[in-house]
Amino acid sequence: MMDFWRRFSRNRGAVVGLAILLLVFAVAAFASVLFPGSPWDMATAPFVPPGEEGMLLGSDSLGRDVAAGIAHGSRISLMVGAVSTVATLCIGVSLGAISGYVGGWVDDAVMRFTEFFQTIPSFVFAILLVAIFTPTITSVVFAIAVVSWPPVARVVRAEFLSLRSREFVQAAEVLGKSRLSIVVTDILPNALSPIVVLSSLMVASAILLESALSFLGLGDPNLMTWGFLIGSGRSVIRIAWWMSVFPGLAIFITVLALNLVGEGLSDALNPRLARQRGGAA
Amino acid sequence: MTVSRRGFMAAAASAPVLMTVQQGLAQGVAPRRGGTLQMMLTPEPPVLQIGVNQQGPTLAAAPKMFQGLLTFSPTLEPQPLLAKSWTISEDGKEYVFSLQENVKWHDGRAFTADDVVFSIMKFHMELSPRARAIFTLIETCEARDPHTVRIVLKQAFQPFLLMFDATAAAIVAKHLFDGQDYRTAPAVQRPVGTGPFRFTEWQRGNFVRMDRFDDYWKQGQPYLDTVIYRIIPDSQSRRLALESGQVLLSQASDIEPFDIPQLRQRPNLEVNTNGWEYFSPLSWIELNHRVKPLDDARVRRAMSMAIDRNFIINRLWFGVGKPATGPVASTTRFYDANAKIAAFNVQQANALLDQAGFPRNAQGVRFTLKHIPLPYGEIWTRLSEYLRQAMRQIGVALDLESTDAGSWARRVGNWEYETTINFVYQFGDPTLGVERTYVSSNIQRVTFTNTGGYSNPQVDALFQAARSAAVAAERQRAFSEVQKILVEDVPQIWLTELAFPTIYDKKVRNVITTGLGPSKSFDDVFIAG
Repeated sequence: MMDFWRRFSRNRGAVVGLAILLLVFAVAAFASVLFPGSPWDMATAPFVPPGEEGMLLGSDSLGRDVAAGIAHGSRISLMVGAVSTVATLCIGVSLGAISGYVGGWVDDAVMRFTEFFQTIPSFVFAILLVAIFTPTITSVVFAIAVVSWPPVARVVRAEFLSLRSREFVQAAEVLGKSRLSIVVTDILPNALSPIVVLSSLMVASAILLESALSFLGLGDPNLMTWGFLIGSGRSVIRIAWWMSVFPGLAIFITVLALNLVGEGLSDALNPRLARQRGGAA
Repeated sequence: MTVSRRGFMAAAASAPVLMTVQQGLAQGVAPRRGGTLQMMLTPEPPVLQIGVNQQGPTLAAAPKMFQGLLTFSPTLEPQPLLAKSWTISEDGKEYVFSLQENVKWHDGRAFTADDVVFSIMKFHMELSPRARAIFTLIETCEARDPHTVRIVLKQAFQPFLLMFDATAAAIVAKHLFDGQDYRTAPAVQRPVGTGPFRFTEWQRGNFVRMDRFDDYWKQGQPYLDTVIYRIIPDSQSRRLALESGQVLLSQASDIEPFDIPQLRQRPNLEVNTNGWEYFSPLSWIELNHRVKPLDDARVRRAMSMAIDRNFIINRLWFGVGKPATGPVASTTRFYDANAKIAAFNVQQANALLDQAGFPRNAQGVRFTLKHIPLPYGEIWTRLSEYLRQAMRQIGVALDLESTDAGSWARRVGNWEYETTINFVYQFGDPTLGVERTYVSSNIQRVTFTNTGGYSNPQVDALFQAARSAAVAAERQRAFSEVQKILVEDVPQIWLTELAFPTIYDKKVRNVITTGLGPSKSFDDVFIAG
């Protein structure tokens, strides 16, 4: 563990990213303490600029507190990011594992199925799914999971392909272990590091995707999200720039932090790769 | 200068342009010939043949090319247009219109009474459900001579004249439509009317151009050479076009309400909220009475009392429009100022709900209702967000569902909703535009009928009495009575009397002179030098 942290902290950006991410988590956790009441409540006059009348980041067109919106919105963004990533991993890892381990015609079938999903532009597909199932938080998470699993499946399959002919797997087979237990206890742990790195980046892209959907008005209308804040501020940007700029910064910082952490994880989990990169720089 | 003005006065004394010249002079400017007026059309309509398409953008642009027999003043008095005069018999059943002479279609053919008979009895009767509902009252409609039309009704119908505006029943050319499918006739793509401007060019997605019709029947008019409607899909680009002077006039929902305060401050622009008296759109929370507890009048009244309508007007619509006071807009005929819904009072609303037997649960919620925001743009979403907060104060949880415009219309039409937002035109008279929402005989699976399912025999009887009475005073009595019942019953929760500002450069004159705002023919509009 100490070794892991040492390698992770060698990448200074990753540490900064982690700090930012913890801050975002703290804001999400304490949102109802920092900003009690509903973020939809009209707290003051509309279009109050940042810093005036006790509005840290200004108020929107209905006099709602933008800071409260961002704080409460961070919960939804992180929740959507986490839940949809878990859902994505479930689909992607199982299909990738089956395809990589079993091989043969099963591999072919699963990969063609994956390619089918990869050929559809993912954002358009997500819009379509949300529009069909009416915008609710469940349909948004579902849509994000459905459009983002193919890369996971491909990475996991590649790992499995290279691992399944290794000696320790053959040894396990000879010992008469069942296929399922070989996959779960022998191969998967060894394939974990690329999955961890990939999923940290997927959380970031899920947050972006959710924000883009909300921006277009396809978010859950009962939940305050960052994308919704930007979408509702877009048309009044000439009157109230703060309505879209601050939630935009929130998305930017969070996604950047996740990417930095992802890079740090990749360095920590693939020491050889990191050393090469360090040597080059 | 004095000479030319005297010349104008002399011409005015004899010509039918009297009205407009006076208006021009009242502003201290004599009408000037020439110039191009650029406006905007949002969204782009599929066709400009009025009747075939009756949506807002068509109703705004097409009256430049098509005219009705009449038009209406801001107080909804009929004004002559293609009919230069008319008489109504004592019993209110016989209408005789004398038509203008020397009127030509844009293709050069003469306009006659046959065109009028065709337009009323065939064209609009087939195409427009709204016109059909009224025109089925006609027993005979005949051309007495080429310039006289006589219409006999089966029963007296006092608001009948309101159906003869260009937006309700524009007169179309018989020789271009008779015997064809009206929707696919070639004239639909190249409209031919009697109006001051003739259709010249339409580049889809770009602009519609209409040029001055030289044989227009009003002497010396129109003043403008060309009218151009530009298609600009983005609202901020529309605002920029108006600010930069690329276009000189914006109408209806071209400009978003939140941009209006800034535009009001520009010294060269006039923001005019008049001209919607004929349509008088009224917005409300549409309630489905089949959903409990919305069948309880106390619940509806409490919900209505929880809404601060001044907040909606001032904060959401930036001061454009008026709080609604009842089912009839204050600009519609037979509005009764004494019948008013209960004022904004959250405490009383809560007390009323306690009384009605809806206690709050642990979360402070009495009951939950689903709510579909009107998918006509951002401001309606904001309105629903406000209403959700307002309802929370009386323990009513509104659960918002998003839909697109198509599903909204389908779901409201099929009664598949609990609450939503709706706004409906009143067409000047409660019988034409208000009755349809409240009488039980109009409970239909069609949007803009009594989709809420409200039913009250007393209300039915009063609307019927007002419909069949031939005398205005008698109708006023019935309408006052029905307004008193409705403001107590609150079948729908009326919110605001909407107004859509017409914003134009101050050098454009005579823009709003009728009760139809920018949906007029523009023959008297000119650009002062």
